[in-house]
Order: sequence, then structure tokens, then C-alpha cells
Amino acid sequence: MKIKKGKDAIAFDTLAYVLVGLFALFCVIPFYLIVIGSFTKESSIITSGYSFYVNAKSFSVEAYKMALKTPETIIHAYGITIFVTVIGTALAIFICTITGYVLSRQDFPWRNGISFFFFFTTLFSGGLVPWYLLCTKYLNFSNHIYSLIIPGLFSVWNMIIAKSFMKGIPFEMTEAAKIDGAGDFYIYYKIILPMAKPLIATLTLFIALAYWNDWYNCMLFMSTSKNWNLQYTLQNILNSQEALKRIAAQTGMQVGQLPSEGLKLAMTVIATGPIVLLYPFLQKYFVKGLTLGAVKG
Amino acid sequence: MSQLIKKMRKHRVLLAMLIPAFIYIILFAYIPMAGIVVAFKNFNYNDGIFNSPWNGLANFNYLFVTKKIFTLTRNTLLYNIAFIFFGMICEVGFAVLLSEINNKVFKKFAQGFMFLPYFISWVVVATIMLNIFGDNGVINSILHSMGLAKFSIYHQPAQWPIVLVFVRLWKQTGYGAVIYLAAIAGISQDLYEAAEIDGANVWQKIRFITVPSLKPTIMIMVLLALGNVFRGDFGMFYQLVGSNQMLMQTSDVIDTYVYRMLTTSPNVGMTAAAGLYQSILCFVTIVVANGIVKKLAPDYTLF
Repeated sequence: MKIKKGKDAIAFDTLAYVLVGLFALFCVIPFYLIVIGSFTKESSIITSGYSFYVNAKSFSVEAYKMALKTPETIIHAYGITIFVTVIGTALAIFICTITGYVLSRQDFPWRNGISFFFFFTTLFSGGLVPWYLLCTKYLNFSNHIYSLIIPGLFSVWNMIIAKSFMKGIPFEMTEAAKIDGAGDFYIYYKIILPMAKPLIATLTLFIALAYWNDWYNCMLFMSTSKNWNLQYTLQNILNSQEALKRIAAQTGMQVGQLPSEGLKLAMTVIATGPIVLLYPFLQKYFVKGLTLGAVKG
Repeated sequence: MSQLIKKMRKHRVLLAMLIPAFIYIILFAYIPMAGIVVAFKNFNYNDGIFNSPWNGLANFNYLFVTKKIFTLTRNTLLYNIAFIFFGMICEVGFAVLLSEINNKVFKKFAQGFMFLPYFISWVVVATIMLNIFGDNGVINSILHSMGLAKFSIYHQPAQWPIVLVFVRLWKQTGYGAVIYLAAIAGISQDLYEAAEIDGANVWQKIRFITVPSLKPTIMIMVLLALGNVFRGDFGMFYQLVGSNQMLMQTSDVIDTYVYRMLTTSPNVGMTAAAGLYQSILCFVTIVVANGIVKKLAPDYTLF
């Protein structure tokens, strides 16, 4: 059925397209600018600054060449980030879904009490200091790679999302399996998990994104550069002359000769690229996932 | 007693399945909660959290005597209120606008672009900022080519609240809008059809159907945000303001302060006191806010 649009509807449509279009541009232009900047010649950046466009005279791939000449720094950091993201996400999904499943079972007598036991930690916390002391003094987190994985392993919010999703799976599924003699873990693993694919896709995205973008734990726990991940390496290249010196030493150049401005942007593009390129494929799940996430626990 | 053991035995597999999360939450949430005793101690590394000598409220005296903590609290609170307020207006606004757009391709691209900033880390945001606003940044290039003097927001502490609100909106609006968009998708079409028959125009439909239907979602989002109203977004403030002393006048928050003290000050007890002070403020806020909602609109409470 096609309803003829009144004047107000046309006015509103125009407004919607213009505002949304402008805001979308506002969001995406900065990305365009760093890509342009990363392909700009260092001398051109120094004399006339970054620009909206790059022409034949100022075009250069020097910064990327330089970035890829230092595999010790960049490839290594990539390796750390990928390792931490894959292991961390897999473990976190397991803990999150198994906990969410038990607390969603209506025949589990302590579900409300235990749920509150978890939820309370989101209302009150001991703060950064006791947590940090525990991790460094008692759990030996300093300079170990597990200190990048463990802090992200469990989140009460994700668990609440898992719990409310699993509440939506009919309890008869569990009951029928129990009558057939299936154990609780078997039911979780073989029956519930395969039905929770949208949930798993969503959680994977949230958790993997958090691991991929983490620099905080690296900054807290890694005093030596051995286990630095991608974001923290990037932060160091952006902020410290030290990191530039290290790169210069690896490429056999003086710090002054490095295309340091362009290099910063090239590194940013390299560190962000995979997530942004993956994004169109993830968008569908992400929107679905947020819908899940918006459900009250 | 024996009944409890019987019950536990019956559910032993389910209980066992809770063990990983249980250990995690005890170790990383409840033990640190007990560790707030550090705030009342003269902490030294050798004696550790529980064996260091007590020193009563001395740490809180140190913390409050400089008055700095009150400036930090004010900054944190005002920034968060601005983020919540402007964030909600933009998120709800763009969700409503997006829901009215019928062109699928336009909608998909617009939504995709709006969502993009959510995917990057604050480290990357910091580079982007420098690229646009830095000494060699795009804005200064344009000013320079027009023969105007360079302008650096990095020397303008008074402007930073505005800058940070804009960055925040840039990064989070796409994400928030999708949450509200999902809620809009759940509104029954019958309501709109009935309104059309009664001769309602677009504005009236938004005002009397869409916005009221979003109320539960808005309430939950605001309550969740209020629970963290005294917690600054560490990543944002640390990466964008960094150690720029000039900007810190207007853009230092409790979290960046606690982190700096933790890494530079030998007085661990006082740093812990700052953290405890913050936790208590957050806890009181969320309990009071939830209590008020319980009185006014019992369906929308968080707990």
C-alpha cells in the first residue's frame, strides 16, 4: 500500500537525509584523512602540513616501506595481538556462556542469589589500586603474556546478555534431554550452544574487539617491550622518541632521516586496517547483537 | 543441613560449571574489594596488602587536604553529565531519523559510517586528532594556505570540554543509535497506522508514539550511565589529554589522577583512598537513582 506523502513527510524526509548524511560524513572523513596523510611525502608534511588530498608531487609510499622494514616491531606486535585475541576470546566465550546457561536454568535453586553475587561487583568495586597490587604482587602479572588475557576473561555484563538470551530458549529442550539421560554439561555443549549461535557471534565481536583494541593492560603490566601488543606499540611510536630510535636502529637510519610523521599514520592504518576491513562483514551481526545486548538482564 | 548437601549433590554438575566464573569473580572482584583496607594503611610492598601497619584516616587527610580531589570530582561529574545528556539527544535523534529513511543502500552506508569510530581504540583516536588539529594538521594547513595564523587546540584548555564532548559524540553515537533503532523496530506498526487514520503528521507520530515508546530503553541506559557518573573514561582522557599540563586544568579526571599516582607516587595508601572515595560515590549514586526510579516508575529499575 502506497500512501501519498504530505508536505510534512517530504520536509521530514529531506531533513532526515541531510542530517544523517552530514553526520555519516563527519564520522568517516577523519579515516579518509589519515589514509591520505599516510601516503603523503614527509617533506611535504613538514613544509605545508597535512592536506585534504594527495597529488602526484606529494604522493609517497615511503612511510609504509619503513613500517614494513621493521618486522621485529610490527609483525611481532601483530603476533601478540592475534594470539591474545584468539585465546582470550575463546576462553571468555566458554566461561561466559557456561555461566549464563547455569544461571538461566529455572530448576537451579540458587540462580537468583548467585546472579546477585555476580551483579553486585558491577555496583561496587575496590578500585584500581587493590586490583593492581593483587595482580603484580601476588599473581606475578608483570611482563607475562597472560596478563593481557586474564583481565578480559569474564565480564558480568556479557554474562547477563548470555543469560537473558538462554532464558529465551524453551526450557523443554533441557527437560527433554534430561529425560533421555543427558548430563548437564552435555546439554549445554551439544544442545544449547548450537542454538545460541547469534549470541556467540555477538559476544565474539564484543570480546575480540576489546582484546584487539587493548593497550591498558599492556601499559599496566609490560615494562619490557617483549610482549607489547599492537595498540601499545602504536602508542609508543606516537608518543616517544625512544620507540622511533628503536625503529631507526632496526632499519639502519638516523632518527632525523625517518619519515616519522608519515610513519605514525602508516602505523595507525596498519593497526586499524584489519578491523575496518572486516567491519562490513561484521555489521550485520553487530546490529543483531546490540539488539540482544539491549535486553534487560 | 543434610537437605542442603542433598540439593548440592543433585546439582553438582551445574555447580561445577559455575566454578571458572566463581573463581574469577572472587579473585578479581571480591578479594580486591577486601583489599580496600589498603586505604586505611601505611602500605609498603614488603608487608603487602594485609600486613602493612594501619594508619587510620591519614590517607584520606592527605587526599582531601589539597582540595585537588574536589576539582577532579567536579570535572569527572560534569564531563559525564555532558556525555550522558548530549549523547542521549544525538543517539535518540539519529535513531529516529534513521528509522524514517527508506532508501536501504543509503541507510546501510550511513549506519556503517556512523558505527566506524566505535571500532577503533583511543590510541588511534589520538592520532586522528593530531592529524586534524596538530601543528601540521589539516586545519592548520588550510589556515596557513589562506594566510591565517596557526591555531592549536592543544594550547586552549578552556575549549577542551567542547572538544571532548564532540569526540565522544563522534565515537559513540553510531553505537547508541543502533540500540535505540532496535527499540524502534519493536514498536507495533498498528500504532502508527491508527495514528495515520486519525490524521497525525510525522512530527506528531514521533512525539506521541516513537519517543514515549523509547522511554524504557532511555531509562535503562541513563541508569547504567549514572552508575559510572563518577568514573572518567580513562582511555579517552589518558590518550587525548595525556600529560599535557596545560590541558589538565580542565580535563583531568579522577581515573587519570589515580593512575598517575599509582605509577609515580610512593603513597599507595592515599591512591587507594582516592579509588575508594570514587567507588563509594558511584555506589551511592546508583543506589539512590535506582531507589528514585523504583518510587516513580517501578518497571524501569535496574535491580
